[in-house]
Amino acid sequence: MKRLLSGNEALALGAYHAGVKVATAYPGTPSTEILESMARFDDVYAEWSTNEKVAMEVALGAAYAGVRSLVSVKHVGLNVSSDPFMAASTTGINGGMVVISADDPGMHSSQNEQDNRHYARLAKVPMLEPSDSQEAYEFMAYAFDISEQFDTPVLVRSTTRISHSKSVVQVNRSRVVPVRQVGFERNVKKYVMLPAHARLRHPLMEDRLVKLAGYAETSSLNRVEWGERHLGVVASGIAFQYAREAFPKASFLKLGMTYPLPRELLHQFAAGVDTLVVIEELDPFLEENIKAMGLKVVGKEITPRVGELNPAIIEQGARGVGLLTGVPAPRKADIVAELPRRPPLLCPGCPHTGIFFVLSSMGRRLKLPNSKGKSSRRSTLTITGDIGCYTLASYPPLNAMDTTACMGAGIGQALGMEKAGITNKVVAVIGDSTFLHSGITPVVDAVYNQGKITVIILDNGTTAMTGRQDHPGTGISAQGKKTKAVDLERLVRGIGVEDVKVVDAFNVKEIRVAVKSCLDNPELSVIIVRGDCAVRVPRRSGPRAVDTGKCDQCGTCLMIGCPAIQSENGQVQIDTALCVGEACTICQQICPRHAIGPQSEVEGTKCP
Amino acid sequence: MSIRNVDMLVVGVGGQGVILASDIVAEAALVAGYDVKKTDSLGMAQRGGSVVSHLRIGQRVWSPLIRQGEVDLLVAFEKLEAARWSSYLRNGAVAIVNNHALRPLSVNVGTERYPSDEEVSDIMRQRSDRVYTVNGTAKARQLGNTRTLNMFMLGCSSLLLPIEVQTWKECMTQRIPSSILQVNLTAFDQGRKEGLDGNIR
Repeated sequence: MKRLLSGNEALALGAYHAGVKVATAYPGTPSTEILESMARFDDVYAEWSTNEKVAMEVALGAAYAGVRSLVSVKHVGLNVSSDPFMAASTTGINGGMVVISADDPGMHSSQNEQDNRHYARLAKVPMLEPSDSQEAYEFMAYAFDISEQFDTPVLVRSTTRISHSKSVVQVNRSRVVPVRQVGFERNVKKYVMLPAHARLRHPLMEDRLVKLAGYAETSSLNRVEWGERHLGVVASGIAFQYAREAFPKASFLKLGMTYPLPRELLHQFAAGVDTLVVIEELDPFLEENIKAMGLKVVGKEITPRVGELNPAIIEQGARGVGLLTGVPAPRKADIVAELPRRPPLLCPGCPHTGIFFVLSSMGRRLKLPNSKGKSSRRSTLTITGDIGCYTLASYPPLNAMDTTACMGAGIGQALGMEKAGITNKVVAVIGDSTFLHSGITPVVDAVYNQGKITVIILDNGTTAMTGRQDHPGTGISAQGKKTKAVDLERLVRGIGVEDVKVVDAFNVKEIRVAVKSCLDNPELSVIIVRGDCAVRVPRRSGPRAVDTGKCDQCGTCLMIGCPAIQSENGQVQIDTALCVGEACTICQQICPRHAIGPQSEVEGTKCP
Repeated sequence: MSIRNVDMLVVGVGGQGVILASDIVAEAALVAGYDVKKTDSLGMAQRGGSVVSHLRIGQRVWSPLIRQGEVDLLVAFEKLEAARWSSYLRNGAVAIVNNHALRPLSVNVGTERYPSDEEVSDIMRQRSDRVYTVNGTAKARQLGNTRTLNMFMLGCSSLLLPIEVQTWKECMTQRIPSSILQVNLTAFDQGRKEGLDGNIR
């Protein structure tokens, strides 16, 4: 049966057919849909874990107990879970265990550009790289077999362009669960990594790599496609597709398994061609490993180390070193007039808008059009943040975020700034899902070390940016079943924070009072700003409108950056199709002229 | 067009239904017996950002990404986005542009300027004079559901793709909830009619 599947859907279906029993993940673009797809299968236990480290540990426990388990994370998620990942490599597994890392070359939705193929080498584990959805589906079966045959976790590395592209998949298998007794067999030398035991494991890992390299020589994961012999291209993953297009007549060594590499196969292929070329995205991972085998190879002379690859970049690079001749250079893109950009925005009715407007205006970060006194020369408030929809508040007009490093980092950074002795007040903002992911331990740190910062938890009741996944704070499982919700307020109080306030995200006055109180308090404080994610508002009613009779065009409402508020020929209007209405009303609360109200009550909105 | 490959871009603004529309094109192409790859560039958030879908239909497709200057058909749900992606058009390619402007925030707060219709037209015509403007948003509004814009635009584009009307409708039926299916099928029909009347080819 032929189906059109995204890479992520294909990875999940492949894992399902390979008999996976336990699947774990924390949402992260571009990996999120793998677990979402797993959660639709009734006979799989799928969970959103609190963070990737926990996800890896749950999967490892399941593998120890003899079942096949799957962890799916984005590239930086593997950083978070790298500690148990290394441990998994050291102890080995029992039931097969596969870790999918979805990297994001080009940083479509990430804070850094990182090539996770290095993790295979670091952890001494085998790595597979599918190049389309068909391979994503098929490789999962290989991955689990390799895992069990060689007693190792297997890294399957995807990228945004694999995970989020759809292509045709011939689905030729159905679910087969390995017949194996579920149970954990005590074996301290394998599972208890005391130094004495770990010393026994390390040589086994080295030996395992040698055996895996032998497997790679003959595995059908790696194949040669002979074409013209003057050019031989080594490629894997999406780079293979681009290279096939750029060099339609060349010979190819298509690698499905990219660690460890098949030494003999590479030497044979190199001997069969005049020039050996490696085409790969980001780091020269294959290139350096192949060069270390003593082979002469052209690599990063052609392709950049930075950003996402595409066929045009390869062709340009190949032309530059004389490998492509006779192919005319494509005409350059026309110089298009400077067009306005269209960056992503906080949604109309976003519960983050009010708090960021308050922080921005109280910290004298934005100059309100009709405010008295001098304009803001220097901000009086430093706002540390991290990863989520709320990172978008760093854009104008809110300009309300000063740092974004990684999940949970803002709280520790705020404490560090305070301890460094900066004179500004420092607040850390963090989302509810992110707080549970990695914000709890830095609050423990702040309590213990007597921090004086304010932590603002933006509780919109979902993991919004990755597409609204549930998390421990919602009390709904990945399968949509009711479980137990972690109470953020009690959690924070339990850690020992005494000044804890909970405010309504859509009540600007209440937010302002709470923030002022906390900034005046010389002790550690936490504000939980609670309001449903705009995307979850079930029924919209009472869209707002501008009373053009009262409006004096001051522009204050434009300072919240709401996409529903538009200005045409100087007159502010509200797009009633976008406005969430009664559920929000932030623009109405901040309008100095009281010119905004329910559309039904406002006069003069019919004739803009 | 039945033998050669078709490289197609569907562009618009987050929330306009670009992704569903390009999904349906890809599924219809598969049913019609083609190899197909599709990839979306969404940027960071779902809402309000610029969205582009690359679609490649043919006997055998390698890269899911289309090179600049090689797009055969550009379907733009918004005028500024049409201009933004026009450099992907090959010379003489077809562009179908919804006559609708969604102003970015930077335009609303006055730091950037939305291009005039003449400017958009000039930018597009650097590449091709086969630019067709359709009143998709107005037609969708007349149908009582502005969210049917995407199926209206699909209807216009369907004239240029080697896929039977019946196949389009089967794929729409599979993907669209039954409560809003009929209005979407009507939007598709109206789009196809608009295309015929406007001589899109």
